[in-house]
Amino acid sequence: MSETAPLAGPAPAAAAPRRTGRSFGIGPSVGLLPFLAFVGIFLVVPTVTVCIGAFQADEGGFSLEKIRLLGEETPLKALRQSLVLSLSSAVVGAVLGALLAYLVVTAPPTSIVRRTVTAVCGVLAQFGGVTLAFAWMATLGFGGLLTNLLADSVGADPNGSSWLYEMPGLVLVYTYFQIPLMVIVFLPALEGLRPQWREAAVNLGATTWQYWTQVAFPLLRPAFLGSALLLFANAFAAYATAAALVSQGAPITPLLIRNSLTSEIVLGQANFAYALALEMIVVVALVMGLYAWLLKRTSRWL
Amino acid sequence: MGAMVWRVSRWLLLAAFALFFLVPLVALLNFSTRDTRTGERTGAAWQALVEDPTMTEAITTSLLLAALTVVGMVVLLVPTMIWVKLRVPRATRLVEFLCLLPLTIPALVIVVGMDNVYAWVDYLVGDSPLTLTFVYVVLVLPYSYRAIDSALGSLDATTLSEAARSLGAGWFTVITRVILPNIWPGVLGGAFIAIALVLGEYTVSSLTNYETLPVVIVAISKANAPESMAAALASLLFAALLLMMLSFLDRRRRHPGGK
Repeated sequence: MSETAPLAGPAPAAAAPRRTGRSFGIGPSVGLLPFLAFVGIFLVVPTVTVCIGAFQADEGGFSLEKIRLLGEETPLKALRQSLVLSLSSAVVGAVLGALLAYLVVTAPPTSIVRRTVTAVCGVLAQFGGVTLAFAWMATLGFGGLLTNLLADSVGADPNGSSWLYEMPGLVLVYTYFQIPLMVIVFLPALEGLRPQWREAAVNLGATTWQYWTQVAFPLLRPAFLGSALLLFANAFAAYATAAALVSQGAPITPLLIRNSLTSEIVLGQANFAYALALEMIVVVALVMGLYAWLLKRTSRWL
Repeated sequence: MGAMVWRVSRWLLLAAFALFFLVPLVALLNFSTRDTRTGERTGAAWQALVEDPTMTEAITTSLLLAALTVVGMVVLLVPTMIWVKLRVPRATRLVEFLCLLPLTIPALVIVVGMDNVYAWVDYLVGDSPLTLTFVYVVLVLPYSYRAIDSALGSLDATTLSEAARSLGAGWFTVITRVILPNIWPGVLGGAFIAIALVLGEYTVSSLTNYETLPVVIVAISKANAPESMAAALASLLFAALLLMMLSFLDRRRRHPGGK
């Protein structure tokens, strides 16, 4: 970036310390210290604590006991359900979100529809999950809007849908913030699809079907997969929605961490949360790494 | 003919999406304005938002936290990013990496690992919900970073600072009176997102047992469901308002630079 600066201006400032030697070289870097210290204390230290804690016995000293316990049935089942929940809500969210993004992108940028959709999506994707969980409880829970409606019309159970507080309900409520997130992250890629490419394809005799299958889809595939991965990580890391919805039991990993933090002992281990948290870091880091790699491929074209 | 089919199906699909997203919100409104026993319409739940001491206290705490987080974010991030841009460009990647790191490390993980850090915070600053500010600043870093970065990117900061320096301005003046006014919309955008995130934050506050608004919403939901529904809808609408303002700000910024 700085190489392209048109002025010779920055040279003296940057060159002076370089000429006077090593001791001055770090001069301006000192300005970064407050930031580095803050992030170090409140982000790096907790993360490192988790990583070390996962390999420590409760009385201190190295131990693989907690890692081994991750293979027990309870944490394994929670992990499996977490992965299923993340995967299904990511797939549904990615497909429907891409569809909604396409419906929106075909409207002019100034249209009411587009503005409304992007604004609503921004709120639903970024605002906390507690309110969204409550919105669905008010819809399908006891005394909810749809519950009453269905009970009156088709004679459904007036006490509400108990599945709302189990896995299917979690998928539904997660979809409610996954679709908006997909719209937000996928819209730029769709906007990058140039009309000239379509014109070029049509000029060469392509049908609409051929344009979509042979030009647009291959171009969008990395962006789509990348966005889907982001959705997966987002669902896997989410806690608030599930915590507000499921008050007892721990069907998924984040809730198992809650149990371990609040009700002391899980599987006979006081600090089992460390190992579970490490498991979360590993999964999310893997997915985000893949995402970064796909993002690099996307930016070649779009 | 084909265009007609497309137009109709487009509107049908949009209507289906609108229904999916609006029904739960309408349900919230419906639930919060109804008496659970008699089924009559009542504004009691909404009135309680400003009268119930537990609720008002939680709202105050959350708003204070949001304000403090914004202040912390601005004080920590803005000078650092300007400084990196002007004086230490080789640290760009490092700062970007650290700022985006919270996207990879879930808030839940930070809660699990922050006992030791917060033992010190409690010892040094005292035990108060407002100490959550420190974690919240970390949690909003990725979003604030992006907002400020895009504003800084569209600015020839080097030339501006050279001009100011050659006229005798010190670095403090350069940052606060030359660069900052130019990236103000970006900073404001980051601030809005930070406020929305903090007002909805549940993970950290619930697991550290501090009574912020979302924590109280969940806590009172068993005893007084309509009130918690009203609070949920109110906070959602408030966040919507903030992000709407942000989008208008965005459009205003784009117009002059449109050429």
